[in-house]
Amino acid sequence: MSHLAPPQPSPRHIWTFHGGIHVPDEKALSNGSSIESIPLPPRLVIPLAQHIGAPARACVRVGERVLKGQLIGEAQGYVSAAVHASSSGLVVAIEPRPVPHPSGLSAACVVIETDGEDAQAPLPEPLTDYVHLDPLVVRERVRWAGVVGLGGASFPTSVKLNPGPDRRLKTLVINGAECEPYITCDDRLMREQPTRILEGVRILRHLAGAERVLIGIEDNKAAAIAALVQALAVTDLQQIARVVPIPTLYPSGGERQLIRVLTGLEVPSHGIPAQIGILCQNVGTAAAVADAVLRGQPLISRVVTVTGRSVDAPRNLEVPVGTPASTLIAHCGGFRQPPRKLLCGGPMMGFELPDAEVPVTKATNCLLALTAAETPDPGPALACIRCGRCAEVCPVRLLPQQLYWHARAKDLDRAQDYNLFDCIECGCCAAVCPSHIPLVHYYRYAKTEIWAREQDRRKADQARLRHQARLERLERQEQERKAKLRKKKESLEGEIGAEPGSADAKRAAIEAARQRAAAKKKAALEGQSGDSRRGEPLTDGGSRSTDTADAPDPVPAPRQPVERIEEST
Amino acid sequence: MNVAAVVSSPHGPRPNRVDWIMAQVLLALVPGILAMTWYFGWGLLINITLAVLFALGAEAAVLRARGRPVLPTLKDYSAVVTAVLFAIAVPPTLPWWLTLIGMVFAIVLVKQLYGGLGYNPFNPAMAAYVLLLISYPVEMTTWLAPKVLAEHSLTFFESLQLIFLGHLPQGLDWDVISSATPLDEMRTQLGRDLMIEEIRQSPLWGDFGGRGWEWVGNWFLLGGIYLLGRRVITWHIPVSLLASILVLAGLFWMFDPQAYPFPAFHLFSGGVILGAFFIATDPVSACTTRKGQLIYGALIGALVFVIRSWGGYPDAVAFAVLLLNIAAPTIDYYTQPRVFGHARDHAKGQDGGAG
Repeated sequence: MSHLAPPQPSPRHIWTFHGGIHVPDEKALSNGSSIESIPLPPRLVIPLAQHIGAPARACVRVGERVLKGQLIGEAQGYVSAAVHASSSGLVVAIEPRPVPHPSGLSAACVVIETDGEDAQAPLPEPLTDYVHLDPLVVRERVRWAGVVGLGGASFPTSVKLNPGPDRRLKTLVINGAECEPYITCDDRLMREQPTRILEGVRILRHLAGAERVLIGIEDNKAAAIAALVQALAVTDLQQIARVVPIPTLYPSGGERQLIRVLTGLEVPSHGIPAQIGILCQNVGTAAAVADAVLRGQPLISRVVTVTGRSVDAPRNLEVPVGTPASTLIAHCGGFRQPPRKLLCGGPMMGFELPDAEVPVTKATNCLLALTAAETPDPGPALACIRCGRCAEVCPVRLLPQQLYWHARAKDLDRAQDYNLFDCIECGCCAAVCPSHIPLVHYYRYAKTEIWAREQDRRKADQARLRHQARLERLERQEQERKAKLRKKKESLEGEIGAEPGSADAKRAAIEAARQRAAAKKKAALEGQSGDSRRGEPLTDGGSRSTDTADAPDPVPAPRQPVERIEEST
Repeated sequence: MNVAAVVSSPHGPRPNRVDWIMAQVLLALVPGILAMTWYFGWGLLINITLAVLFALGAEAAVLRARGRPVLPTLKDYSAVVTAVLFAIAVPPTLPWWLTLIGMVFAIVLVKQLYGGLGYNPFNPAMAAYVLLLISYPVEMTTWLAPKVLAEHSLTFFESLQLIFLGHLPQGLDWDVISSATPLDEMRTQLGRDLMIEEIRQSPLWGDFGGRGWEWVGNWFLLGGIYLLGRRVITWHIPVSLLASILVLAGLFWMFDPQAYPFPAFHLFSGGVILGAFFIATDPVSACTTRKGQLIYGALIGALVFVIRSWGGYPDAVAFAVLLLNIAAPTIDYYTQPRVFGHARDHAKGQDGGAG
């Protein structure tokens, strides 16, 4: 039958989330032509931190020759990701360079002068039989390959794949929603390489042990839906996996929103999907996992949408990580007109690039060059009239007008009362605000302020605890000393009272002790004439040294006492 | 924080505008204004013109004194909306200097001294109305008889003369041109222990309210529906407000139809329709959560009914709105929506699938 009628996505109940907005999707600018590769740039600037978590540590030296796929940055710590050379060449520098980051700051990068040979490093064995391997081995491969979430958040995938011992993942959600306007890289990938994506889905499902797979795609991508449905129909996944077209509504591609739409469940605030038995991965990530496991290839390139009406010929490119943005733009015919803004990411959540020389990273899904007409100057922000449109569109059901009020007043406690940290910064509120207030900016500002304040508070707490612990210890030592003295006195008195006959013996013993002490004192004075304290009769020799260490000190307290306090508290 | 230098997402166009919203409100008021002009003459239009000029003048003066940019604020039309609402609420023969006092009070004290648009806890038009009602009760309650009842309708120049010079044209008498408002009449007559059946014998009464008066509300209702359609306001406040009045009035009417007027009388007399769609919905001073708006509207409706039935003033929309303005922040605080992913019962999600 499948020869007569193309397979259709199976109808399935879907849920809704609160709010969301319809924005012109602008996908047609770039979704018409297939993914192209670009000529190798003369220089690759590969950031060591392209992911959430600790930056990778460079494991090559300046002057070293590297091969394509060779590890150049080792993952450091659990939440981290490895970085590989995207092509062969010479490492000419390891230094801070401007990177695509909202802060506009520089970060450590490995700069490779490519030799044009694209010589491949030896790759690890494909794990084609992953079904029968220890999941740990497969997960380790994903970790080795430096796979991170390619939907934009770039969280290390291997970490996400390990939900913890007592959590069972029941549902694998594959995110093909691509709800941001303009961006079409996932769309093209789904249309052109559905099999590769499904290979990854199969691996992810196996690793997660999920019973079902839901592939969510916004219904403005009919071709992508059709391609995946067709590819799915010839795999063994079709029993448990479904392609689910979902209504086009920004931000349905947000992880929490998509999970809600597909399963009706809400990821707990401050929690992760694994807590409700769900693993969510982007389609591009699935493809990267397939490459890592089945082909032993590390993540060294990705699809990037280059679009916006300032770009002469918008399209999707397969780009080695580290390629400067300018190379991509040049490949798309350059700028038709100077862009008003050059963004990394979409218009709703993307951030402005300082210049076109920053490199493409694993997280770069889109370079968006907007004309003045596409990103008009919103003009000065007017006063909030509390119309509540922001609250109507907030997908998290926050009250943005109240958050704004408190953020503006720097009443950060109140802002937290109103659940500031549940804000996903999707930008719906700001997009509908009639007063053109940069609401998201205020929330980011308030969050940063709170983080800074928390840090200060932690430091102050630590200092206070340290001080308290010291006072307590001094007090304890004093008590101990007194108790000891009292005990000694009592025992002496007791002995005298009980055995009057032995008083002489006692006195002799005391005298002997005195002589011993005097001898000791003398020896000490001779040995260290400068330090008179050492010569004093010791009441409690053991505590003296710590006491000195904790004495009021103009320089910051050494590390050791802090640790001891942490143990004691 | 230097907001001018902000380069933060989102970057797309901002289709909504404050001045558009305010202009829609003004547009929606037009049918009601025309209807009132038809029934009560030129006075309303003259008052609107005066009020708008005074309001803009007061706003410009304060902004200049505060060192704020003047033109962008004037162009948001918020002062115009305040002025027009005020002019609609006051009698069409109000002396010009009372309009001046009202507008200066509304714009300078109620709006700008609190920080300007968006920061005023009270609805400026209603605060000015109440100030004048308490201070100048005679001027504020002398209403013209509607055209259908009036023995003489004031011409444009007669209206001008009345408003600016304060005296009636030769040969005219207040008794000839003025008449008690239906709410006033109902209240006075009920106070004299008359039954509603008897009260309604008077030629003042139409089908369900005062003659003439009863039809004005429809035109404001039309404008209100327009605002709903354009999504300038949402249904929550108007519906809860009107429903609350209807339910309360209906209950008492069923209990004693001779002492409590028919519910429709409440809806279509005085400022209830105008208040429900144009005044209580002022976003700045109203509740902002949806649940809060329902409570806010219902309480305004209840207060209107209570004050009308047992209070000291015939109409009560202004008082009710101001009282609830004070309560709005508190109501908002206790009616926050459940944030996504916050506890209700996400325990049910532990099995990883509902579908």
